[in-house]
Amino acid sequence: MTDEGELNNLDRLRWQCRRGMLELDVLLEAFLEQHYSDLPPHMQRQFIQLLEFPDPIIHAWCVGGEKPDDEEFAELVASIRATSVA
Amino acid sequence: MALEKQRFDTLILGAGGAGLNAALQLANANLKVAVVSKVFPTRSHTVAAQGGVNAALANVLPDNWHWHMFDTVKGSDYLGDQDAIEYMCREAIPTVYELEHNGVPFSRLPNGKIYQRAFGGQSQNFGGDQAARTCAAADRTGHAILHTLYQQNIRAKTHFYDEYFAVELIKDEEGIVLGALVLNIATGEPLLIESKTTLLATGGCGQVFRTTSNAHINTGDGMAMALRAGLPLMDMEFFQFHPTGIAGKGMLITEGVRGEGGYLINKDGERFMEKYAPNAKDLASRDVVARSIVTEVREGRGCGPDADHVMLKVDHLGEDVIAKRLPGIRESSKIFAGVDPVQDPIPVFPTAHYVMGGIPTDRFGRVMPEASDDGDPLPGLYAAGECACASVHGANRLGGNSLLDILVFGRLAGHNIIDYVKQNSAHRPLPDDSVAQAVGRLERWDVKGEGITVSELRKEFRKTMEDHAGVFRVEDMMADGVEKLKAIRDKLKDVRLTDHSATFNTNRTEALELENLIDVGLSIAVSALHRKESRGAHSRPDFPKREDGEWMKHTLYWKESDKLEYKGVRSQPLTVESFPPKERVY
Repeated sequence: MTDEGELNNLDRLRWQCRRGMLELDVLLEAFLEQHYSDLPPHMQRQFIQLLEFPDPIIHAWCVGGEKPDDEEFAELVASIRATSVA
Repeated sequence: MALEKQRFDTLILGAGGAGLNAALQLANANLKVAVVSKVFPTRSHTVAAQGGVNAALANVLPDNWHWHMFDTVKGSDYLGDQDAIEYMCREAIPTVYELEHNGVPFSRLPNGKIYQRAFGGQSQNFGGDQAARTCAAADRTGHAILHTLYQQNIRAKTHFYDEYFAVELIKDEEGIVLGALVLNIATGEPLLIESKTTLLATGGCGQVFRTTSNAHINTGDGMAMALRAGLPLMDMEFFQFHPTGIAGKGMLITEGVRGEGGYLINKDGERFMEKYAPNAKDLASRDVVARSIVTEVREGRGCGPDADHVMLKVDHLGEDVIAKRLPGIRESSKIFAGVDPVQDPIPVFPTAHYVMGGIPTDRFGRVMPEASDDGDPLPGLYAAGECACASVHGANRLGGNSLLDILVFGRLAGHNIIDYVKQNSAHRPLPDDSVAQAVGRLERWDVKGEGITVSELRKEFRKTMEDHAGVFRVEDMMADGVEKLKAIRDKLKDVRLTDHSATFNTNRTEALELENLIDVGLSIAVSALHRKESRGAHSRPDFPKREDGEWMKHTLYWKESDKLEYKGVRSQPLTVESFPPKERVY
């Protein structure tokens, strides 16, 4: 798949947001639906990379408030944490 | 178009702890194993198990498997089968050591042995001092186990079908299961997997309730496939609810919040637990707190615009205590409830957490198709993990025993399958009608036109389950609920997809999951309606006592005619004396 094809394949990403933890299901799906399409391509790419991390790491960053080791993810993680799911 | 076929010695549906531990035994024995998982294996719900796994290793305090057995029998409120419980508690020890050898990074003591934590419900010497029995890998035990088992399976050449959805079991005229029809989620193409043996390891079904702590994948797929294959589900009325989930969302708010001095209030600001449990108040047992919350809501004292939850107040503890002793609660509340608990109370409601019931098996993981202990297991079909019921949890499960259950019985099912395949080395002929029926289940969703949407019916179903088969269980409302659920089941035929595309069609996957949820939901509601006593997690205010004379028996539910039958609890252990029922004391 081309890079652009992968970035725009929302159906695939929606399934990748199915996780082993309810917190991540809710938060990542909401972020995908509300904000993903408006992100610049480099952040869309980061989101796809984030989905490859193990659940406890994504949880620690996006719910637990731990700082990602890689500074590059910081902005994306902050946006995910600010997603409205309440 | 011809249906693509693949052949394996064993087909495993589900890639959580049970499925992966079974697969590893089989692949190490050079069997040809397929594991089908609807999500990438390390994203299975086992990853959410933080607590740990019980085994009487006696590394921290004196312990032995017999004490572990006593605690488990007592915790089951005497509905657990004592032969299976003895077996599990004995096998816990080699199971944990095998995981250690496979590379699970358990937390350790200074002397190098595996560290063990003390949890509620663990005793030394048959109800004496606190025991320390839970082995953990920091607070990521489930993840550590899944990750290790997945890596070991890759090494052992287990064949993984990632992002494939199991649609239906294939069986012959004798009812023997010969594999399953599965769907490639990425392409929308079906695939027929033929196997000499099949293990159902699909996990729990918390998504049947509106408020649940379970991930979205926990839709009871294996349980529903078993039901549609004419098999029963056992003890489905026993569902563990955690009293404080975030209202309308389900995420757990730990009991530690109330332990640190947090308390529940209704819409009038009243500290209502004082009425229901004057001594223990907010620290009363889980089922008492859960039922009290639902009672407040039912009697019109709920909070919020729909008056459908209560509030958990913690602001009086102060920001420092919350940060120090309750890490994560503030973050979770802000994100999922939109409140900062340092200033405002957290909206909460009981959340469905764990199902004790499931596909009935013996202690070797073999599926038992009849309501009789004398009957034979179904040749070649196995179940393990939360989808199964070897009956080790009975009416209620102890902390640390769920990871244990999936790992022990996954492993033992693996061992038994190896023996079975040695004696039954040929594939049986595949019956066309069963394959056609399975394909039909898939093709039914190709029908286009106007209809009810999947999400509409799912919403109605899950709310009905919560209102009529949840924490609060009295005769009239439950009977009413069963009728409503049957009506919902009838509406399934009017559901239409809004998306008919082939690739990663979540709408279609969710439609298949909805069928599963409804079949499993009925098993819970019907089983619960007919158990006229209170035992373990099944609590009936209209029948408040445990009735051992009449009800020390397992419920079996069949989908056909929503039929129920019962079979006695196996109270005779393998090598030790039976633990007779004793009254519950709080």
